[in-house]
Amino acid sequence: MGAIGFKFVVFIVAALLVIVSSLLMTTRKNPIHSALWMIVTFFAMAVIYLLLNAQFIAVAQIMVYAGAIMMLILFVIMMVSLDNGAQEQKRFPMAMGTRLSWALVVVVLLVELMFAALFYQATAKVGSYPAEAVASLGNAKTMGMLLYGKYIFPFEIASILLLVGIIGAVVLSRKNK
Amino acid sequence: MEPYYYTLESLIKIVVVVTVLMLGVAYLTLIERKFLGFLQVRLGPNRVGFWGLLQPIADGIKSFVKEDIIPDNADKTVYVIAPMITFVTAISMFAVIPFGDSFTLFGRNIKLVIADIDIGLLYIFALGTLGEYGVVLGGWASSNKYAVLGSLRAAAQMISYEVALGLILIGTIILAGSLRLTEIVEAQRNGWFILYQPFAFLLYLVASLAEINRTPFDMPESESELACGFNVEYSSMKFALFMIAEYAHLVTVAALTITLFFGGWLGPFLPGPIWFIGKTLVMIFILIWIRGTYPRMRYDHIMKLGWKFLFPAALANVVITALFVALR
Repeated sequence: MGAIGFKFVVFIVAALLVIVSSLLMTTRKNPIHSALWMIVTFFAMAVIYLLLNAQFIAVAQIMVYAGAIMMLILFVIMMVSLDNGAQEQKRFPMAMGTRLSWALVVVVLLVELMFAALFYQATAKVGSYPAEAVASLGNAKTMGMLLYGKYIFPFEIASILLLVGIIGAVVLSRKNK
Repeated sequence: MEPYYYTLESLIKIVVVVTVLMLGVAYLTLIERKFLGFLQVRLGPNRVGFWGLLQPIADGIKSFVKEDIIPDNADKTVYVIAPMITFVTAISMFAVIPFGDSFTLFGRNIKLVIADIDIGLLYIFALGTLGEYGVVLGGWASSNKYAVLGSLRAAAQMISYEVALGLILIGTIILAGSLRLTEIVEAQRNGWFILYQPFAFLLYLVASLAEINRTPFDMPESESELACGFNVEYSSMKFALFMIAEYAHLVTVAALTITLFFGGWLGPFLPGPIWFIGKTLVMIFILIWIRGTYPRMRYDHIMKLGWKFLFPAALANVVITALFVALR
């Protein structure tokens, strides 16, 4: 099996895993199981990133999303419901109109997706950071140079937003004296 | 043919590393018990074999033949998966740690590291966070209140110390200019990083002890209050897997410390792997020594130490190192 064939097989497996695990995530009754399937989804996504030569993004995905954020979510679920995390089931009665409109939205999105997959064609234009250039410079280095060079402004804005978020959380969680 | 040779080479390295690691872990349990015994003025295990040398094998056989109990109320799948997560992540961390120089064999340049990847240090962090899932999920799935308390503590402790741990190592990364562990070792040819980053080394030691849940930070399994915490319901080989993972983590932390601060496999006269193993053993010894010396900290003290001391100190270390490198 050649190198391309192997990559293709890995991609198919990872893509199927993403679909199956995200379906399972939404259908599990136990919130902890949902969280676990979400971690599997993140993992499979990281594999796809690796196939795209984006090692840094892949590891950041695992470290930040699958690691830290999901750990926080698990922590909250375990804190809120210590009885095995199982929640009593509530049935949300939904009007026929609401159901139909949701179904319509899903169908439209699916059709859009299929059209995009069938008719979208790559422009064959090579960007300024093809896989070879990134490999020769180093993945983390390329990311760093872009973030702190070309995209310094959006990067700083994002950091300020996060800082505001942190301060907001501190203010909200402070006890009134 | 190149992919096949590459696969073969990697497989051989993996088999060698895992074998050495597992043997090391088995005898590490004996070393730790012996050394802790001496520190507490007793003899430690000395019944099985000469000087207790067969003790790890006896422990292994015992774990295999014990009854494997799964509690009735346990979440069975998660309960079974949890030790596996801890074990696999603990072992796979070793893949990026270089243990020797490269040499040429049959016309192929062989590096003594399993995976020389560009983002080595991040990979270790990622696996470290994932490894904690085993502890958290194991405790939760046992449906035992002590176990759940243990895993809650593990989750909170991990979130707090992960941040500081990452920040502490940024100083090292700035000095080496790379996340690749082979390059970090190479950058220390003219002076180990402990000379430039002594403060970061101490912070790292504290943070990594908290990260692998060892005394004085072994809150998730504090025997005296939680009756062993997250693994209280585990028995037989599942319990043994948790233990093996814990010691594998210890070895990894020691190996990573010497890679980041003590020049890794670098050293005069002797070949790289010997220096690597020797330095790692000394580091493990220091870690056991810490366990024998300090009492367990109180939970809120651990949290305070993490957020109010380690975190600001690590930030200061980053700023000072960056300033130093920029002005040089």
